[in-house]
Amino acid sequence: MDRPKVVKYKEPERAEDYPVGATFKAGHLVQTNSGWRTFRPIIDQDKCIKCLRCFLVCPDGAIDKSGESLEIDYDFCKGCGVCAHECKVGAIRMVKEGADEDGR
Amino acid sequence: MDKNMVTNARELTNTEFFYGHKACAGCGGSLAVRLALKVLGQNSFVSLPPNCMSAVGFLFPQISFVTNAIIAPFAANAAVLSGIEAGAKALGLKDHHVVGFAGDGGTADIGIQALSGAIDRGDRIIYICYDNEAYMNTGIQQSGLTPYGARTTTSPAGKNLPGSIKMKKNMFEIVAAHGISYAATASIGYPEDYLKKVSKAAQCESTSYIHVMAPCCTGWGFPGERTIEIAKEAVDCGLWFLAEYENEKFTLNRKPSSFSPVKEYLMKQGRFRHLGDDDISIIERHRDHKWEKMLKNWDS
Ligand SMILES: Cc1ncc(C[n+]2csc(CCOP(=O)(O)OP(=O)(O)O)c2C)c(N)n1
Ligand code: SF4
Ligand code: SF4
Ligand code: SF4
Ligand SMILES: [Mg+2]
Repeated sequence: MDRPKVVKYKEPERAEDYPVGATFKAGHLVQTNSGWRTFRPIIDQDKCIKCLRCFLVCPDGAIDKSGESLEIDYDFCKGCGVCAHECKVGAIRMVKEGADEDGR
Repeated sequence: MDKNMVTNARELTNTEFFYGHKACAGCGGSLAVRLALKVLGQNSFVSLPPNCMSAVGFLFPQISFVTNAIIAPFAANAAVLSGIEAGAKALGLKDHHVVGFAGDGGTADIGIQALSGAIDRGDRIIYICYDNEAYMNTGIQQSGLTPYGARTTTSPAGKNLPGSIKMKKNMFEIVAAHGISYAATASIGYPEDYLKKVSKAAQCESTSYIHVMAPCCTGWGFPGERTIEIAKEAVDCGLWFLAEYENEKFTLNRKPSSFSPVKEYLMKQGRFRHLGDDDISIIERHRDHKWEKMLKNWDS
């Protein structure tokens, strides 16, 4: 998996701890989006034909194509369901958060 | 084909440049920004006026733009892009891209004079308008690109009015009328076509403009999973079109032999669900008139 990671953020305590001027570090992530999810996409690797459509259309870029098989970054997937809706072979299921892989 | 052209998911880098943003789940605008930056890469200088993408991308201390990025005053995005390009030139920088992402409001209404000036000067900037057909970040107000019949908070639907009573501004044609080197329309429902157009804009030595249809599940009233489907259907039913303008010529990239039903497209969205058949015929007549003109005057 090759996706940006959350860094630990130290709350400013004194005025000097704040950034100077209206500038700040690019690509600075302090919080995941995983708590937004009601449903979690799960890729059935046996069904997947690696067409990369889900990777292409995920608005959050949460699907990584660098490995042998596609991997979802559950830290930043919001569970929107676009990937499952767009997969032409039905290889992605949306499973209720908190349930097991079979939705139970 | 040019080695710098990115035309499909396989050629697209795995690296993300717009990540961890707080856009609604299924947001079309965020996909338009994400894909464009994946084509343009790390050496991009990004400017956005106030809009959903700047709101969800700069939430101190969470900064989702991995590239250099700035929020411009609302009316001035194209002017800020011109300034960045001038600065980059003065520093002798090469192999970079200066790119802006403005909404429909920030482009067709509030930012239009700055955009017009930049095109007139021919500054080497890429201006991308992601069109979600209203001022979404402030809670769905009508813009110059809100289509007929759409319910917004400033064009409510009721007994007397069907929602917005005007058609979309012809923003693509307005930009083309400047004699710009490259302009295109796109839709995130046709992502490969969009990637190709961003690649072309990236190679342009002068100003380029891309107008990309980017549905907003929250403001349009449909489930987030349908964003790509709706963006594709907007093109298939003929209410949006894929075209390019270069070498002083318009070209239609996609000419549907028949349109998918407009009514189906409209009824999938809460903002149109109040429309009756009379209003739908008005929309269809306007579509047919526009296509008649495009087919007559543009190459295809
Ligand atoms: C000069 C000025 N006027 C108004 C605003 C308030 N404002 C912030 S975002 C926004 C909506 C922008 O709409 P659009 O350009 O279509 O982008 P979207 O939010 O739809 O992505 C407005 C009106 C502002 N920030 N500055
Ligand atoms: S869209 Fe479906 S088949 Fe294609 S890569 Fe994704 S999971 Fe695999
Ligand atoms: S559910 Fe949405 S955010 Fe999650 S991987 Fe699929 S498309 Fe991306
Ligand atoms: S309101 Fe619409 S454009 Fe704004 S973040 Fe949500 S889905 Fe995207
Ligand atoms: Mg808008």
